[in-house]
Amino acid sequence: MIFHIALLLLFQLMGEALARGFELPLPGPVLGMALFLVLMIARPKTATEVQPTTSGLLSHLSLLFVPAGVGIIGHLDKLGTNGVALFLALLLSTVLAIAAGALTFALLAGEDDADD
Amino acid sequence: MIEIWSYLSEGPLLWLTATLVAYLIGDGIFRATGRQPWANPVLLAVILLAVMLHVTTTDYATYFEGAQFVHFMLGPATVALAVPLFGNLAQVRRMALPMIAALLIGSLTAMLSAVAIGWAMGLDGATLLSLVPKSTTAPVALGISEQIGGSPTLTAVLVILTGIIGAIVVTPLLNLLRVKDWRARGFATGVAAHGIGTARAFQVNETAGAFAGIGMGLNALLTALIAPYIAGLFL
Repeated sequence: MIFHIALLLLFQLMGEALARGFELPLPGPVLGMALFLVLMIARPKTATEVQPTTSGLLSHLSLLFVPAGVGIIGHLDKLGTNGVALFLALLLSTVLAIAAGALTFALLAGEDDADD
Repeated sequence: MIEIWSYLSEGPLLWLTATLVAYLIGDGIFRATGRQPWANPVLLAVILLAVMLHVTTTDYATYFEGAQFVHFMLGPATVALAVPLFGNLAQVRRMALPMIAALLIGSLTAMLSAVAIGWAMGLDGATLLSLVPKSTTAPVALGISEQIGGSPTLTAVLVILTGIIGAIVVTPLLNLLRVKDWRARGFATGVAAHGIGTARAFQVNETAGAFAGIGMGLNALLTALIAPYIAGLFL
């Protein structure tokens, strides 16, 4: 398990270094994800090996957003007198974006193996 | 008693423990309601902790000294998203066209509708600009906001709120629209509601989670590329 975490950190580190080095418009961890994917394509056994660790981490992905979430409480005053307008803009745009994206995908993907 | 409190409240142990316990309580409520989307564990934990910080007059910097260990794991967890992505690779390859189309439509809808609604409701320029990257994962969104002339702090608030809103509305919304395809549901959620939406997708279905992770990553890239042009449209 320590080995798996070290591996994830190593790929994050490579992602960060590349993102900084080439001033790419992507966060280091996202780049690290892409690099880690390349590793698994080259060596598929890696996926089965790290699976227990990554599943554990991803099944509680929500937890990891809690500290940042607490951080916004102190900044809710930044919404100021625009609170209602901003909330409506966020709510409606998110509803529209999820609906438009999902319908587009489903329409183009067809009905085939939709339920697996 | 007061001495013990002042010792503990200054160290990282107390607030790290509080973060995990608050999440467990939030997750417990979420399960107890039969996994109702409105009982979002992130939202419940954040409210619980905010009340605790307020009651104990603890500032965020002190809290974060403990919570940073949890926050830090976001990086490796993002890298770990490659594993379910790899597991669904055959599907991902076949779904390249639906993904590209849903990415463009979802991402543009998120940016344009948010700014249009904000504009119609009389928001000022800098506030509108802060709205543009709100569907993107936080580190990218802050950079974009700064670059196009928004307020990064306001954007941070808008990003987190967007994620929580997305996580709460996605299930009832897509049930209503009868979208049953987990790939479509997950991908659209990742595009519109980044990591918090992705976390929600993983709670529901692993395929949805894998596609949400891809949607989040691709939208970070797309938003970084086109946000300056979207900003230009409105100013």
